Amino acid sequence: MAIETNQAYNRRKRGLQAVAFGTFRLLSYSIAVILFIILGFIIIKGIGVINWDFITQPPTDGMTKGGIWPAIVGTFWLMVGSAVFAFPVGVMSGIYMNEYAPQGKVVAFIRTMTNNLAGIPSIVFGLFGMAFFVNYLGFGDSILAGSLTLGLLALPIVIRTTEEAFKDIPNSYREGSLALGATKAQTIWHVLLPMAMPRVITGLILSLGRVSGETAPILFTCAAYFLPRLPESIFDQCMALPYHLYVVATSGTDIEAQLPIAYGTAFVLIMIVLIMNLLANGIRKHFENKLKSK
Amino acid sequence: MDKIEAKNVDFYYGDFHALKGINITIPNNQVVAFIGPSGCGKSTFLRLFNRMNDLIPGTRLTGEILIDGQNIYDKSIDIDTLRRNVGMVFQRPNPFPKSIFENVAYGLCVNGIKDKEFIAHRVETALKGAALWNEVKDKLKESAYALSGGQQQRLCIARAMAVEPSVLLMDEPASALDPISTAKIEELICELSEQTTVIIVTHSMQQAARVSNKTAFFYLGEMVEYDDTKKIFTHPAKEATQNYITGRFG
Repeated sequence: MAIETNQAYNRRKRGLQAVAFGTFRLLSYSIAVILFIILGFIIIKGIGVINWDFITQPPTDGMTKGGIWPAIVGTFWLMVGSAVFAFPVGVMSGIYMNEYAPQGKVVAFIRTMTNNLAGIPSIVFGLFGMAFFVNYLGFGDSILAGSLTLGLLALPIVIRTTEEAFKDIPNSYREGSLALGATKAQTIWHVLLPMAMPRVITGLILSLGRVSGETAPILFTCAAYFLPRLPESIFDQCMALPYHLYVVATSGTDIEAQLPIAYGTAFVLIMIVLIMNLLANGIRKHFENKLKSK
Repeated sequence: MDKIEAKNVDFYYGDFHALKGINITIPNNQVVAFIGPSGCGKSTFLRLFNRMNDLIPGTRLTGEILIDGQNIYDKSIDIDTLRRNVGMVFQRPNPFPKSIFENVAYGLCVNGIKDKEFIAHRVETALKGAALWNEVKDKLKESAYALSGGQQQRLCIARAMAVEPSVLLMDEPASALDPISTAKIEELICELSEQTTVIIVTHSMQQAARVSNKTAFFYLGEMVEYDDTKKIFTHPAKEATQNYITGRFG
């Protein structure tokens, strides 16, 4: 006996499907909408104060006037500093864990700890940075202490992207290289690292984008409340965009007058993060095309 | 003189007994084919000759494998030197994401050869040997990925031959290629055997019959029969071999 087509049932299940997918679509679109609202809000509020002087001058008149140049410079050095620390350490541990270490309990433990490191609240990093880098190692409140603290924050991301980038390289490349009499180190250096690099760099830039917006880790380790001159060495304190934003929005002589500056700072900060992310994307695409050029 | 000799080789992946008591002698400058159904251990056996299975955790070998009279599993053996002497071509072409020239020069570079003229000369010889020179001589600086699958596989052969190995292992080198590319690879194999001993794993019985001097038939981890290719394909001594080559199972 043939099964009769149940028209009503079919209609109902199609209707249900339409409703379900409609909801999914709406929710995923709303994420984009939320992002655009945040961006739009900051841009509308912030773009008014953006001009050449705002970018290139230090704050004046008790931070109610002038620019944010020292904070931009400070954030730049903190990013460079944390990259210099997190990149080699992260890449080397990622390579060790994926290529060298015997896959067993020890590596599983390190991997779990790395993931836990990523879950620690950033203020705790700040506290640790103060206790260890600032006081114990005696770096004082400085770019060095701030960079190292931020670097610790970036480290798990760099390690994980490195590990994943190496894990995704098919074994045939390793075997192909080893079969020619290359050592493991030569294989990693000449074959695997060039293949993994785009993703490693992408991970680094993304982590730096995140690091550039962190306030808590630099609160006790580096950031200066108000420091109109530029830092001269890694042992100087510096201003930084996220902390400056916090300061002008919450304390100071005249919060009303400072508010546009706060939005302007937020605008610059968000632009830096945006540019970093686009850069990461661009680099990844560039290298992917280069590797694949079929 | 025998180039390779395996004595009582047993091999395990963890608890799995993959190769059972294998004895074989492979003469110099011959082409030997390993045939057998999937999972019979022929590729596993091939990968013992350049210690590729060392990369797989949890494997264990008993018995001896001698190349030029020396046990390659002896502690005094330098694995890098062994692998330079025993080249390998894989099932899927696996050129590195480098230029054509760099791919062929790679084996020389990682073995410490720095003389640019020598390298260039050796790359040319190897590419000519792999019947690829005429197709790539004007684009040596281009990415190896710009080549077709068949060209890539010949590039991998050139890459392996550039370090002048005395044994060349080929693990189903043509199974991912079209018939024309396959024919070219098979032609090459015959020429290569003038310089090296070639061991080829293949699923194609016609291929084994065309290219090899001797054939070994593997089944369920054992070497059932090993003899001159002509004999294996016309008068096999064992019934299992007969059944396999006539396509009754496998």
